[in-house]
Amino acid sequence: MAFRESFFAVRFGLTEHDLERYLTAALASGGDYADVYFEYLSTTNITIDESIVKSATQGVTMGVGVRVISGEKTGYAYSDDLSPERILQAAKVASRIASGPSKIEKTGLDEAPRRNLYPVLTSSSDTSLAERVALVKRAEQAARAADARVFQVTAVYADALKHVLVATSDGALSFDRQPMTRMNVSALAKIGDGVPQQGYSGAGGRVGLEYFEKTTPESISEEAVRQAIVLLDAVEAPAGEMTVVLGPGWPGILLHEAVGHGLESDFNRKGVSAFSGRVGQQVASPLCTVVDDGTMDSRRGSLNVDDEGVMSQQNVLIENGILRGYLTDKLSQRITGIQSTGSGRRESYQHIPMPRMTNTFMLAGESDPQEIIQSVQKGLYCANFAGGQVDITSGNFVFDATETYLIEDGKVTRPVRGATLIGNGPEALKWVSMVGHDLKLDQGVGVCGKDGQYVPVGVGIPTIKIDKITVGGTGA
Amino acid sequence: MSVELEQIASSAVQLAMDAGATDAECTIAEGSEFEVSLRKGEIETLKQAGSRGVGIRVLRGQRAGSAYTSDLTPEGIVTMVTSAMEIAEVTSEDPFAGLPDRGLLGKIDVDLQLFHDDVESVTTEAKIEMARLAESTALAADPRITNSEGASFGSGEGRRVFANSRGFVGSYRYSSCSLHTVPVAKDGDSMERDSWSSSARSFAKLESPEEVGKKAAARVLRRLHPRKVATQKCPIVLDRRMARGFASHLFEALNGSSIYRKSSFLAGKLGEKIAVDGLTLIDDPTIPGLFGSYPFDDEGVPGRRKVVIENGVLRSYLLNTYSARKLGLETTGNASRGLSGNAGVGIGNFYIEKGSVSDDEIIRSVKSGFYVTELIGSGVSVVTGDYSRGAAGQWIENGELVYPVSEVTIAGNLRDMLMKIDAIGSDLEFRGSIASPTLLIGEMTVSGQ
Repeated sequence: MAFRESFFAVRFGLTEHDLERYLTAALASGGDYADVYFEYLSTTNITIDESIVKSATQGVTMGVGVRVISGEKTGYAYSDDLSPERILQAAKVASRIASGPSKIEKTGLDEAPRRNLYPVLTSSSDTSLAERVALVKRAEQAARAADARVFQVTAVYADALKHVLVATSDGALSFDRQPMTRMNVSALAKIGDGVPQQGYSGAGGRVGLEYFEKTTPESISEEAVRQAIVLLDAVEAPAGEMTVVLGPGWPGILLHEAVGHGLESDFNRKGVSAFSGRVGQQVASPLCTVVDDGTMDSRRGSLNVDDEGVMSQQNVLIENGILRGYLTDKLSQRITGIQSTGSGRRESYQHIPMPRMTNTFMLAGESDPQEIIQSVQKGLYCANFAGGQVDITSGNFVFDATETYLIEDGKVTRPVRGATLIGNGPEALKWVSMVGHDLKLDQGVGVCGKDGQYVPVGVGIPTIKIDKITVGGTGA
Repeated sequence: MSVELEQIASSAVQLAMDAGATDAECTIAEGSEFEVSLRKGEIETLKQAGSRGVGIRVLRGQRAGSAYTSDLTPEGIVTMVTSAMEIAEVTSEDPFAGLPDRGLLGKIDVDLQLFHDDVESVTTEAKIEMARLAESTALAADPRITNSEGASFGSGEGRRVFANSRGFVGSYRYSSCSLHTVPVAKDGDSMERDSWSSSARSFAKLESPEEVGKKAAARVLRRLHPRKVATQKCPIVLDRRMARGFASHLFEALNGSSIYRKSSFLAGKLGEKIAVDGLTLIDDPTIPGLFGSYPFDDEGVPGRRKVVIENGVLRSYLLNTYSARKLGLETTGNASRGLSGNAGVGIGNFYIEKGSVSDDEIIRSVKSGFYVTELIGSGVSVVTGDYSRGAAGQWIENGELVYPVSEVTIAGNLRDMLMKIDAIGSDLEFRGSIASPTLLIGEMTVSGQ
């Protein structure tokens, strides 16, 4: 597809000439680089609560962000009106960061090579509302039917279609159509007048409704119910340092918190990350290889092109325990000379891009998952987590376990209640002593927050054994 | 401007009624933001822009539909209303859906002082200078403060407009500004960061850059060379910033939506004793100048003060129209929403009333315990009350702060924590819409080595 057939050209009559005009205006006061980012986002949300479709919402937002970089300084302005006057006004505001004649020669725009990592046959937003409502109803009914102890179910369906276009003063012009669809189910169960327990499950990605033929709404519900039921029998979680086995998939959030954020180049060029200046050093056990890969088919964290017009790629962060590199964006590239890794992302046109993760996971090892569990005398098996957080300077991170079991004499035994696990980024992965061959990626509902900007991400991990980490329970 | 936006909101409601809606409500939000950030004295980013959006919720009988757009042109509004009307065909009949009764609508007529024009009148140069001074004060405070994640000055103003088909139309304007700095201290192989920020609706109420820089420096310095203490049960002192977090969990547990769904450990406890005698919790959106104040909620019901917990007894939930109807109660004027969709529940100024002892006296009263100044993670469930979060702070020995602690967790249950509050500080201050004085919790589990 050529630019003239792209969404913004067709819908708003945007031309290359317009884009060059905006870039020229952005660089009118000088500066080393400028880009304009167009975004058009349409969303649909449907919620079933207490067995009825209580709410549904559709919406549209659009806007343009203009950025000017001068040295290490960034000027930014945006407009929610796509008229040339308002965009030129935003360019003028952003240009105030620079002073003096522009140092760059603009060379016209070249369309970047295109690919499609998320081909969607029928976009969710092109399907009738009734059809999408029917999917959520299936999820809700399956949760109710799964177990008599379930007394509350909330099922949420959400889809979004985002059209973006980036034009840069270094001549790149790229555009992308980014679908996103997901379904979440939350179930509450209780026995008699006992304390209720909550289970939660979700799934999705850069997919259309065909996704739910394989990952059925029923399967999402059954998983949510299963988790709630497991917790009904849970005992107090233990407290203190112990051996922990993480199950495959979503527990990969460990990598996101323990190393991912600490390897984002903005923190590192400023020297404020616990990983700063440690490329080439051992930061994990030799069993650990961690990558961030924005090129995976149809996954939630994937991007054909990042929000600065750079193609996403597979980046090796840690190879056999050795720190290999950081996740970088165009600003870091200008300052450090290290090529952008295609990690420049932003929440919306109202936000300045920064280095972010896409899909972060650990490569599979050689151990049999059962043998990993059998090797533990006394410890914990964590199958699921809610979320996590990190202090990138001290390196301390937490992640919140929601489905956890005791391991006693090499066997997974009783479920325990939710507990926070805490560790230190550059140290925690040194205690990884076994890595399973069962790499699994999460189900596609992850959201990552940084400096108030929220972007979709993916994580993944095989079963791993960590010899020592602190578990924040209340028991002995 | 406000007249124009009120007209747009009213006409969107009228459009929906003309299209066959039995009721409709429209929200418009307009805002502008400015932010400058510096690091090591040099400007890093300068951002300035504004945006607006409109949302509508329609009812066709007992079915609701919602839509929103950033396109406020007449065509944009028509498209939005049409979309909401279509959606109301696929949602379910909900016997409890509906707007507040006419008699409940209104605005409080006190000037809440939410907008201050001194914010707008500060020059960009002055804002940059304040951020620079906050950062340089922190950097100059001690040779161990060698680095910085920077400083920023942010300001914004906006307007919120609401109209419904039962005759309500209103709007209010607000402003805010904030100053923030994040110094990084290093000593040997220990590196820590901490921050301090001041925010207010009026520029005049901001703390000085020197004060912000000094407080940030003091906070980061005391974190260097932390120890990981042994796993044990001991008293926990939550400083007032962390105590705010504790209060925010109570808000979630008292949220009417969680109450009628029975997904809160406080569901069904109205009139029961749920906390120690001395604990009183207030929600008051009517205090002038504060962040949680509003003349009317997001359904057009006036904000009003309510005692939520009185001397340990649960007196009120926080309700919007829907959750109130589900529970057979009356709305407490706590409806909250973004631009569209069914209203959720929010807060005004939600605070734990201050006690009579100073924070210093509380620390001095502890023989051996943990003074918590940072909490990370979200390991709190209001369904069960289970609480487990990452913590950092200072160890208390014989009433003295003796060394910094990090990489530990504190765990317990909100139900027990409420019954074990042994002391409430006198140091209440409002920095946001949630506030609490320092709290001493008799016993929790600290998990470390």
